[in-house]
Amino acid sequence: MIERRPLLSFSSHVIMVIGIIAVALPVWITFVAATHTTERMLVSPLPLLPGTHFWENLKMVLFTQEFLGTTRAPVWLSMTNSLIIALSIAIGKIVISLLSAFAIVYFRFPGRMLFFWMIFITLMLPVEVRILPTFEVVANLGMLDSYWGLTIPLIASATATFMFRQAFLTVPDELLEAARLDGAGPLKFFWDILLPLSRTNIAALFVILFTFGWNQYLWPLLITTKTEMHTVVMSIKQMLEVAEAVPQWNIIMMTSLVAMLPPILVVVLMQRLFVKGLVESEK
Amino acid sequence: MASIQINNLRKTYDGGVQAVKGVSIDIKDGEFIVLVGPSGCGKSTLLRMVAGLETITDGELFIGDRLVNTIEPADRDIAMVFQNYALYPHMTVYNNLAYGLKNRGFAKAEIGKRVRKAAEILEIGEYLERKPRQLSGGQRQRVAMGRAIVRDPAAFLFDEPLSNLDAKLRVQMRLEIRKLQKELGTTSLYVTHDQLEAMTLADRLVVLSGGEVEQIGSPIDVYEKPASTFVATFIGSPAMNLLPLSKDDNNWKLDNSAVVDVKLSTDLAELTLGVRPEDLVIEELSEKFDTGLHTALKVTAVEPVGAESYVHGTIGEGSVDIVVRAPGKLHFEPGQILKVTAKPDKLHTFDMLTGKRIELQGTLEIA
Repeated sequence: MIERRPLLSFSSHVIMVIGIIAVALPVWITFVAATHTTERMLVSPLPLLPGTHFWENLKMVLFTQEFLGTTRAPVWLSMTNSLIIALSIAIGKIVISLLSAFAIVYFRFPGRMLFFWMIFITLMLPVEVRILPTFEVVANLGMLDSYWGLTIPLIASATATFMFRQAFLTVPDELLEAARLDGAGPLKFFWDILLPLSRTNIAALFVILFTFGWNQYLWPLLITTKTEMHTVVMSIKQMLEVAEAVPQWNIIMMTSLVAMLPPILVVVLMQRLFVKGLVESEK
Repeated sequence: MASIQINNLRKTYDGGVQAVKGVSIDIKDGEFIVLVGPSGCGKSTLLRMVAGLETITDGELFIGDRLVNTIEPADRDIAMVFQNYALYPHMTVYNNLAYGLKNRGFAKAEIGKRVRKAAEILEIGEYLERKPRQLSGGQRQRVAMGRAIVRDPAAFLFDEPLSNLDAKLRVQMRLEIRKLQKELGTTSLYVTHDQLEAMTLADRLVVLSGGEVEQIGSPIDVYEKPASTFVATFIGSPAMNLLPLSKDDNNWKLDNSAVVDVKLSTDLAELTLGVRPEDLVIEELSEKFDTGLHTALKVTAVEPVGAESYVHGTIGEGSVDIVVRAPGKLHFEPGQILKVTAKPDKLHTFDMLTGKRIELQGTLEIA
């Protein structure tokens, strides 16, 4: 739409500015709170401009285990845990979904559609719904308090399988036939043709799944008891629940700030591929 | 280089649909065979069976001396050019050409040599580092051909390779394909629905209809002696005029109504008379033939196409449409009655029931 009406463009800018403020203000408050001392954060009104204690707070958050009398994992460790879990979940989901979508789209085997629908139906059963039986299984396998237990139950993904299936269906059959005539077997075709063509889809899914893994809260809470297995999202919540003490807002906010960084980095770095993967249809 | 022998090949799909109902073709080494027919006639299915992309329900397929019914497509020593080119979009032109050779374990130097040679033949040398999407339709078509050439296979299979190009480029590529095939001398099987493409490319034409062979022969043979009414109307543009005739008291009648002045000696009481638009002559413009077909045409429309004009009209009681192809720019009013005539040796006769060609002995008598 090309229109030159001053009032219209003014009001649309106002709406955009309001939108940006609504999104950015909480982040700004988090940042400001992370730069003050605990004492300043308990005095009303709350500061709106950054203080001078940023590095001090950052150091304390990253490396201190003592927190108001209780021992907890330092944030660098819980960040590492979160990173391992988020990466394992994202990569695991992508690998498994790629392979299952490949099988469903390109191979004729008995019960093919049955398997597809079985995978599809699990979309209706997210982790929260099947959490008790899953816990039982993981506990019986002795995977509590381990990276295996934290990641494997979250790796199976109907959504990603479905997305890759749709992506593979848009690859023209002639390409498969050309590859067959060129002497490429199924795995060679998968590796040489299908994977490169799904590059942008993989990137888009990686961004979504990394964030999904990073933000996991309920499942890690349920199956970890040792503090050294805690994820960063869990630690934020636990900092709020310190018994008989005032929450240290500056520390909590600094932790939140640090926890926000990796997903932001992933989105920023993969943004170009991400957008392409969601909108691109030309093969 | 090799011959291809297709023996009574059949294809029945799971649903019971018979796509190919027993086709036999002997293709000689180095021959250019064009499979032509309307959509759904089984020509693509037949080609894909030769390629190994469709399983063979019944019959035998030999490439060279080897029975290849159950051999994998890659091991049949054939190369195929697809309608949509099927270039690998993420690979450069060089890698597109080299991929099949790499998979076959050729040495790097040999691959480079072959790719450059193919690129030189097709004049795509300067595009080797580009991706397919940076190429025009014609260039993509060349790359697709290049992918077939580098392999130096026993046979080329073409699946309507020109149908995505614009008309001008199609004519140009048609000539190039023909030239290339003659130079390389590689046995080729080419599928098209375009009868002009079929006529100009083929050493021999195979006209298919409903999964069966209607006629095999050189383009001129097929044009001059169509084996059935199907071939007669499919090959040639505008299509051959067909006139259903029946005999009543020694007079041939069209549609049981208008008497048509044609002298035929046959015992049949019914037949279909075929005459090509260019073999009909308008008496007002040219001489009248003593023998042959004489009838009156009521003009419905005139289409000038430049060097010639197509005069459309009806004969009999208006139920049979015919076209006359006459040289020059003609002007006739709709409704005008013209006398048209055709030489006796230009008439084709077909059995009305089966549609098959019948050769009448001493067909026409002098009037």
